[in-house]
Amino acid sequence: MPFSDQQLELDGCRTHYRRGGRSSSDAAPLVFLHGASGAPVVLPFMERLAERFDVIVPDHPGYGQSEEPEWLENIHDVAYFYLDFLAALKLERAVIVGSSMGGWIALEMAVRNTARIGSLVLVSPAGVAAKGAEPADIFLLAPEDMTRKLFHEQKFADERLAMPVTPESIDLALKNRHTTARLAWEPRLHDPFLPKWLHRIDVPVAIVWGEDDQILPVGIAHELKRLMPKAQLNIFERCGHLPQVEKEAEFCDLVVRFACS
Amino acid sequence: MQLVLFHLMPYADLDLAAGRKNGTVWVTLPNRNFDPEKGHRLYNRYLDELEYGEELGFDVVAVNEHHQTAYGLMPSPIVTASALARRTKRARIAILGSALPLRSHPLMVAEEHAMIDVISGGRLITGFVRGIGAEYHTFGVNPTFSHDRFHEAHDLIVRAWTEPGPFSFQGHHYRVQYVNLWPRPYQKPHPPIWIPSQGSKETIDWASHPDRRYTYLQTFSPVKVVHRYLKQYRDTCQAYGYGCEDRQLGWAVPVYVGASDESARREAKEHFEAFSNVYVRMPIEMLLPPGYTSRESLKNVMKAKAQMFGEVTIEQAIELGLFVCGSAETVTKAFEGYWREMRFGNLLVMCQFGTLPADLTRANMERFARGVLPRLKALN
Repeated sequence: MPFSDQQLELDGCRTHYRRGGRSSSDAAPLVFLHGASGAPVVLPFMERLAERFDVIVPDHPGYGQSEEPEWLENIHDVAYFYLDFLAALKLERAVIVGSSMGGWIALEMAVRNTARIGSLVLVSPAGVAAKGAEPADIFLLAPEDMTRKLFHEQKFADERLAMPVTPESIDLALKNRHTTARLAWEPRLHDPFLPKWLHRIDVPVAIVWGEDDQILPVGIAHELKRLMPKAQLNIFERCGHLPQVEKEAEFCDLVVRFACS
Repeated sequence: MQLVLFHLMPYADLDLAAGRKNGTVWVTLPNRNFDPEKGHRLYNRYLDELEYGEELGFDVVAVNEHHQTAYGLMPSPIVTASALARRTKRARIAILGSALPLRSHPLMVAEEHAMIDVISGGRLITGFVRGIGAEYHTFGVNPTFSHDRFHEAHDLIVRAWTEPGPFSFQGHHYRVQYVNLWPRPYQKPHPPIWIPSQGSKETIDWASHPDRRYTYLQTFSPVKVVHRYLKQYRDTCQAYGYGCEDRQLGWAVPVYVGASDESARREAKEHFEAFSNVYVRMPIEMLLPPGYTSRESLKNVMKAKAQMFGEVTIEQAIELGLFVCGSAETVTKAFEGYWREMRFGNLLVMCQFGTLPADLTRANMERFARGVLPRLKALN
C-alpha cells in the first residue's frame, strides 16, 4: 500500500504524518522518527519496511508540514508529545525507529513510558555525549559541507546536492533548522541527565551506527552500549550518519530480524 | 548634537594573514594569535585614547561588548567603563551595550551598571544589546530564546533599578526570590538606555514604544540603510502618537580626518580595509544562527549574501557612507548634510578601526576635534 498523507490535531499542534504498508490488523506498527533535516519525502528504506510493517512517518512538531506549537521548548516536550501520539493512534507494541535527533526522542520517550513501545531501533542517535567523540558543529557547517559529511559514499551526497533548491525547500530547511537549534543547541545534541535513567528502558534495543559517521562519531555508540549493556550493537562498515540510506537493504533486514524475533 | 567617541578596542596587532586564512577572526581563530604583552600595550593605549577624547571635547566616551574575537577585546565593557569612570571627570560613559541574553544573571548587569553610575556621579549611559550571532556560538546560549531572554532580562533590570526592594521576580528564564539592589543607580529614575542595532523592525517597535523612548543607534551600515531605519523609528513614534525627539536617534560610524581628502584616503586605506575585509568578516552560519533573526530577515540576508560578503574597498565604503573620510571640511560637510536629512541627535564616531596605529588615531582624533566637532556640536 503506498504512503498517504494524514493529519492529526494533537496537543494543540496540527501534525502531519505519512502512513503506508501493511494494514494495522496484520502487521506491527513501526514509527520512524526523523533527524534534524526532517522527512520531506518517502525514501526507499521506508518503502522496503512497509512490506513488513504498518509504517508511520510523522513530521515532528516544528518540522516539515507540522505546526510549531508555542509549548515546544526542549526535547522532553517532544518526548511527551510522541507518547500522546502513540496513544492517539492507539498503537500497541510499536517499533520505534529513530535516526539521529529522532533516536534521541525515542530514548527520551522510552525512559518515560514503554507501555505502547515494543522495541527501539536507535540509528546513530543523538542524546548521549561521549568523551573523545565530539559531534560535528552542525550549526556552523556550510550546507554543502554538511551534506558531504552525512555520507561515507559521496555519490549519495552528490545526489542530494543535485536536487533543485526551491523557495519551499528553503523555507522547510530554515524551519527544521530553527527547531533543531531550539532542541539541541545547548546542551549540544544531548541531555546530560538522560544516562541516569536509561536503565528504565525495559524493551529490546538495537543500536545501529555507521563506522565512518562524521556527524556523531561511532565512539558514542560504544558509550551507549556501555550505558545499556543489554542493547544489541550493530556497526556498519563504510557507512556514514544515515545507514538507512547508505546501507538500505542491510538496514531493513536488520530491523525486520530484530523487531520480529 | 551630542558627540560620542566610540571604541571597539580591536586586536590591532593581529596577523592579518592568519585571520584571512581562517576565514574569520570570530569564534574559531585560535587564541595563540593573541599575545598578552601586545594586548597589555593595546588596552592601555586604547584607554588613553578614550580619556584623551574627553580632553578633546567629546561629550561621551563609549565602549562595547564582544566575545572571543580579535574584532574587539572587551568581553566585559564593565571593566573598561570602570577604568574610565575614575579617569574621566566630565564626559559621560556609554556602555553600548551589555549583551543581556548572554549573561546568566541579569541582576549582575543591573548591579554593575548601578555601581558605575554611582562611582561616576551619574555619568553612565546604559546600552542593551542581544550580542551578535557569533556570540551565541561562543557562549552556547540558545539563539532561539535570544529575544525572549533579552526582553525578560531588560524588564528585570529596569524594575530592579526603579522599584523599591526587596521584591520577587518570577520570569520564564530568570527567577529571583529577592530583588533588592545595593547600590541603586545615581540617576533618577535610572541611567538613559540606548539600543544599538543593525536595524530590525522588532527592535524599533520595542525601543520607540512610549513607555520606553530609548535612543536607537544604527551601527556600521550604508548611509541609505541608516536613513531608512532612522526614518522608520520616527514614523513608528508618530504611529504611537508622539513626535520623536532628535536625542532618540544616533548613528555609529568609522571616521577618518586627514590633512586633505587625498591624504586621508591614503592614510586610512589599509587599516580600514583590514577592518572591513578581515575583522568584520564571518560566514553567514556564524553571523545568523537559527532564531537570532526572524526567518524572513534571514532569507533577505541570504539573498543579499554575495553583496554583503564580498570585499569592500575604502572607495566603495566612502561611496556607500559606510565610512566617512576626508579633510575636516569634507567630513564636516558630509555630516552636516546627513544631519539635515536625518536629524540624529547623537553621532558616534569610531576614530580607531582595524589596524589603525596610535599616531594616526591621535592625529585623526585631533583633526576631528578641531575641525569638525565644534560645528557639529552647534547643530540643533
